[in-house]
Amino acid sequence: MTRQPNRQPQKAVGTPQSRVDGRLKVTGQATYAADHDVTGVAYGVMVDATVGRGRITGVDTRAALDQPGVRAVLHHGNAPRLPYVDNPGSNNPPGERLRVFQDDRVRFFGQPVAVVVADTLEAAQHAASLVTVTYAAEPPSTDLTTAPADEPQRYARGDAEAAWAAAPVKLDLAFRFSRNHHNPMEPHATIARWEGDTLTLWDKTQWVVGGTQQELASVFGIPQQSVRVISPFVGGAFGSGLRAWPHVTVAALAARVTGRPVKLVLSRRQLYFGTGHRPAYTYALKLGSDRRGRLAASIQDIRAETSSYETFTEAVMGPGHMMYRTPNVRQAYATVPLDVNTPIWMRGPGYATGAHVVECAMDELAHELGVDPIELRLRNEPETDESSGLPFSSRRLRECLATGAREFGWHRRNPAPRSTRDGDWLVGTGMAAAVYDFGRAPAQAHARINADGTALVQAATSDMGPGTYTSMPQVAADALGLTMTTVEFRLGDSLMPPTPPHGGSMTMASVGSAVQDACDKVRRQAITLAVNDARSPLHRVNPDDVVVRDGRMHVKNDPTRGETYRQLLGRNQRDHLEVIGSWGPPEQSRYSMHAFGAVFTEVAVDDRLGLVRVRRMLGVYDAGRIINPKLADSQALGGMVGGIGQALLEHTVTDARDGRIVNANLADYLVPVNADIPDLRAIYLDGGNDQNADPIGVKGLGEVVIVGVAAAITNAVFHATGRRIRELPITAEALL
Amino acid sequence: MNGERRTVTVDNRTSLLDLVREHFGLTGTKKGCDAGACGACTVLVDGHRVNGCLTLAVRLDGAEVITIEGLSRDELHPLQQAFIDQDAFQCGFCTPGQIMSGVGCIRERHTGSASEIREWMSGNICRCGCYVKIVKAVQQAAKGR
Ligand code: FES
Ligand code: FES
Repeated sequence: MTRQPNRQPQKAVGTPQSRVDGRLKVTGQATYAADHDVTGVAYGVMVDATVGRGRITGVDTRAALDQPGVRAVLHHGNAPRLPYVDNPGSNNPPGERLRVFQDDRVRFFGQPVAVVVADTLEAAQHAASLVTVTYAAEPPSTDLTTAPADEPQRYARGDAEAAWAAAPVKLDLAFRFSRNHHNPMEPHATIARWEGDTLTLWDKTQWVVGGTQQELASVFGIPQQSVRVISPFVGGAFGSGLRAWPHVTVAALAARVTGRPVKLVLSRRQLYFGTGHRPAYTYALKLGSDRRGRLAASIQDIRAETSSYETFTEAVMGPGHMMYRTPNVRQAYATVPLDVNTPIWMRGPGYATGAHVVECAMDELAHELGVDPIELRLRNEPETDESSGLPFSSRRLRECLATGAREFGWHRRNPAPRSTRDGDWLVGTGMAAAVYDFGRAPAQAHARINADGTALVQAATSDMGPGTYTSMPQVAADALGLTMTTVEFRLGDSLMPPTPPHGGSMTMASVGSAVQDACDKVRRQAITLAVNDARSPLHRVNPDDVVVRDGRMHVKNDPTRGETYRQLLGRNQRDHLEVIGSWGPPEQSRYSMHAFGAVFTEVAVDDRLGLVRVRRMLGVYDAGRIINPKLADSQALGGMVGGIGQALLEHTVTDARDGRIVNANLADYLVPVNADIPDLRAIYLDGGNDQNADPIGVKGLGEVVIVGVAAAITNAVFHATGRRIRELPITAEALL
Repeated sequence: MNGERRTVTVDNRTSLLDLVREHFGLTGTKKGCDAGACGACTVLVDGHRVNGCLTLAVRLDGAEVITIEGLSRDELHPLQQAFIDQDAFQCGFCTPGQIMSGVGCIRERHTGSASEIREWMSGNICRCGCYVKIVKAVQQAAKGR
């Protein structure tokens, strides 16, 4: 890396700061999308299709319109036509996006077919139940295993078939994954208001500019600047907010037609049809090795559901071709269009699925060979990323494994399955490695030093929970030579400089680097102003010799010689100094960039009832530099909780007759509750600072922390019971 | 309502949750499911924690209701402070409900052990997965009692 000669001391970065927005959140003052107080707001409630495929033959709105307070009922028969201009550069997958109320076609159960707008929520909800829609229904296609697939994506190196045939040790395994729903606690919500041709949206989104602003501008065929998106708080999303779903358009359409601002909040049930999901998969793996466990061949056939109108894909092939040294690999990844709404990335996208297969298979192979599962992984540790030929920017998986084994007490384990009993419970331990190909993308940030010596930094990014509000000012405070109390960071408004999606573990690397660039530049501007100012004590000092501490610029080796930002700006009658900074990754990367981890867990399985309880869990991560250890710890523990859900509970169930999701609520789609979660522990490897990845040395940690959790649990269930479960979630039925 | 007498005429379909959010503009109380399954809407009614989404407003003639906005004035309630200290939230959406539920849990003296707290705080889902720290925050506040 190129070190800046006047590199600032790092005082805030790396310290366990409490959340800057903590007070707002614990007092109920944080304003999520549906909390904004917009004058004259009316309420929109959507009506959804009750068939899985077909045509709408009639919409009877009379009873709804008769209700007091109902302003309008919109549907394909009376809604204005919308241009739906293409939106390249968005997260819309290839295909044709769903065009709300533009035709009579029903593409999946739960598709929005009408919206009621009324003066009160009660009236809108009741009237929505009175809208009668009739259909010419067709049988929907809902079976991933039998429906015809698209032409697969392929990857190959070496001759996998020949190497597999020749391998002395062979595994032939078939895995299945259920559809999962993000289920953030905050339902998706939009308040839409038109003033002339300008649209303001208070929206739950993970991508203020590229997601909501550009998409709504293209749907309505209006300039991007005519749409303003405001989203200061996001109540969790985990991927579900990475594109603007149909309801955002419905809210804007309803506001346009009624001339009122319209607030539209999806019901919990509607989230299952209206906002995407982690797709269901089948994943067949043939793995061949020599007798020492050195991998020779890996053959993978992957099928994943998508919708009939868009082809959603994710990085599910990654772990299967880069994680371990394997000379011969062949992969085929086919999407299977079904009558379902389009999937979207969910925490650890692709990797939470692909790495599960790889890590369970490694455990099976270790058992087959009588080798310790950690040792097997060490024997297959690659020198470089064999899929790209590139060196890893950093890969400290060995340290993760060693630290985890020591802290967990792995070596006390008796490797024989069913070897430990505690009353009715069979006890087992398991481990898995974790990996995630973290994203990086161009970002901008605005930094301003005010006349009073404080600073304001802004970027149109989001904070769905990781702590962007806190980590960004940590970076900014150090770069500006200020403290956490003298730097304010704002986000979540399309008027601010654009940033990439708040997802894919790319916010800290991308936006953080842009924040640092902006702050470095504006600090530089202040120093330049001082050294050129005859009245400054810093006059004629080499700018490279000036550092800033607590808002005071001084000569590095002579702290007595200097002055504050405030003095400088006051004397020069400057109201502020400001800069827009930016950062973007190089077009051609010289490195393969991944975060790594190792997960260890102990589970207990009731021998007769098949219940699985997680007793403890440890994760060790190589995630580069950790900006805020307090918040990073919470994120890791949260990832483990998500992984426990994926492993043992989460399962979207479809009725094949009509495509209806039968458990579209939080009582039947189970997610972990407090009583499901034991003590969890996370360790970040010391000294992480991946300068090959980005200027602030972070690798992103929001995704890697869910990867491998389900595999560690699955492997522990095998150790406890001797049963290999190759389907997620692991249910009691599967263990009986 | 939060120490103030309020007289309102409400639709008989209005839930306590919709009353506070949409009619009183007290949006600190959240709607996560509107069906009693998540606890985001937890408030105190006559000192007991209840799901605002399952309580019809018309039932509450003469009742005392405390929402997150009424829990503290200038100084934070010890449990609010404990949530910040322990980092017992991420997105913050479940947090008002967790805190009101935690206040109830402490009052009910269901804080004898971590596993007792886990059990009695299991009506409040946190999808960000902050459970370990929610337990620590409740322990911290219960200790200071
Ligand atoms: S909103 Fe009341 S329990 Fe979920
Ligand atoms: S903090 Fe996000 S749901 Fe609890």
